[in-house]
Amino acid sequence: MKTIQASDIVEAVAGMCIAANHDLPADVQAAFEACHAAEEAPAAKEIFRQLLENSELSRTTNLPLCQDTGLGVFFVEVGEDVKVEGGSLRQAINDGMIKGYKDGYLRKSSCDPFSRKNTGDNSPAIIHFDIVPGDALKICMMAKGGGSENMSRVTMLAPAQGWKGIKEFVVNRVAEAGPNPCPPTIVGVGIGGNFELAAINSKKALMRPLDDRHPDPEIAKLEDELIEAINNLGIGPMGLGGKTTSLGVKIAVAPCHLASLPLAVNIQCHSARHKEVVF
Amino acid sequence: MAEYHLTTPLSDADVEQLKSGDVVFVSGHIYTARDAAHKRLVETLDAGKPLPFDLKGALIYYVGPSPAPPGRPIGAAGPTTSYRMDTYAPRLHSLGLKGSIGKGKRNDAVKDALREFKAVYLGATGGAGALLSQRITDAKVIAYEDLGPEAIRELTVKDFPLLVINDCHGGELYVKPNLG
Ligand code: SF4
Repeated sequence: MKTIQASDIVEAVAGMCIAANHDLPADVQAAFEACHAAEEAPAAKEIFRQLLENSELSRTTNLPLCQDTGLGVFFVEVGEDVKVEGGSLRQAINDGMIKGYKDGYLRKSSCDPFSRKNTGDNSPAIIHFDIVPGDALKICMMAKGGGSENMSRVTMLAPAQGWKGIKEFVVNRVAEAGPNPCPPTIVGVGIGGNFELAAINSKKALMRPLDDRHPDPEIAKLEDELIEAINNLGIGPMGLGGKTTSLGVKIAVAPCHLASLPLAVNIQCHSARHKEVVF
Repeated sequence: MAEYHLTTPLSDADVEQLKSGDVVFVSGHIYTARDAAHKRLVETLDAGKPLPFDLKGALIYYVGPSPAPPGRPIGAAGPTTSYRMDTYAPRLHSLGLKGSIGKGKRNDAVKDALREFKAVYLGATGGAGALLSQRITDAKVIAYEDLGPEAIRELTVKDFPLLVINDCHGGELYVKPNLG
């Protein structure tokens, strides 16, 4: 049995929220550099130059990468042999997020859906718990912006539509989103499961680094096919035309009902703000 | 594609020369407003009351900045997605608003209003909030403080870098996706 202090979780989560909003992940930085070199159209090249400068500024100043510092989304794996002392795990994560968004001068973007009144502290954190064997506690945090989230969709295809239907839906979604989610985006795709699992998987898939190959070579091939089709759209950085509409596609697959083919497309911002910590 | 340096307020002549694809560096005052502020602006007009700033020649920036850290006038301040303001924009253009700054597509009603009232839709680089913040030298809340990040702020900008997305002649910069 491992005992973890709630106050340590609060500190770690606060730090993650701040770091996620300032430090461009290394895989994204490398992708920006490669795209900056590869783009030929001056407008597309210029966007990558600006994004690289933005990353440098955010790392070295007290300004976050983007003003929309997102809702705090957490994927938490709790080992069966973990005990949290001095408070509940859910409360510690929420308190840590509130502290990070306050101390880090991050924007509070959570509001009541009807009155649209800001909750004032970015709470509540959106937390997905998973119980796993062992005595580790793993907390993954994603700062998820509204502009990219608004372009995301869940649909229930008929099984007969198969891969052709899946590909068509994903590519059309990116095409319709066009310049709205600040391309180049990253596309998370949840296939199978049910209505909510497809959506959760499509977001979870975005935690994988850009250069990570799917362990199943068949799925890895489908990811390649999708990114090629998406980049052939020619939307380009900020919708100004170019080779890079998305930096990557990440697929997560789960078994589904005989009657269904659930599909979710979660669009992620280019800066892919996420961090993880393991106790 | 041409490059222009413009100072607010903008005149008809300022706007008429702009073509989609042109680069524009704006200096002077611009006003921030996004979803909730637009709703209130229109409610204020419906009630026959004066707006918190003069729309004549004005530029509205669709942005909800992050809080100003110590030593800075404002936090990160990149554009938010513009389509959510499409319902409000034509009415504001009819009252003298010369342009809006955001990112993403506009609907036909907005594009028609740009033509009819000689106005322009300008794009700023989305997700480059730290970079764009460097061109903002001052920021003060002038209305709806209770809206927090959505309050209306008067920003003083120096050479704020923008691209003409939709001009007042029907031009459009965004590429159409190639669906094969
Ligand atoms: S969609 Fe664009 S503006 Fe919105 S959070 Fe993502 S990068 Fe920032």
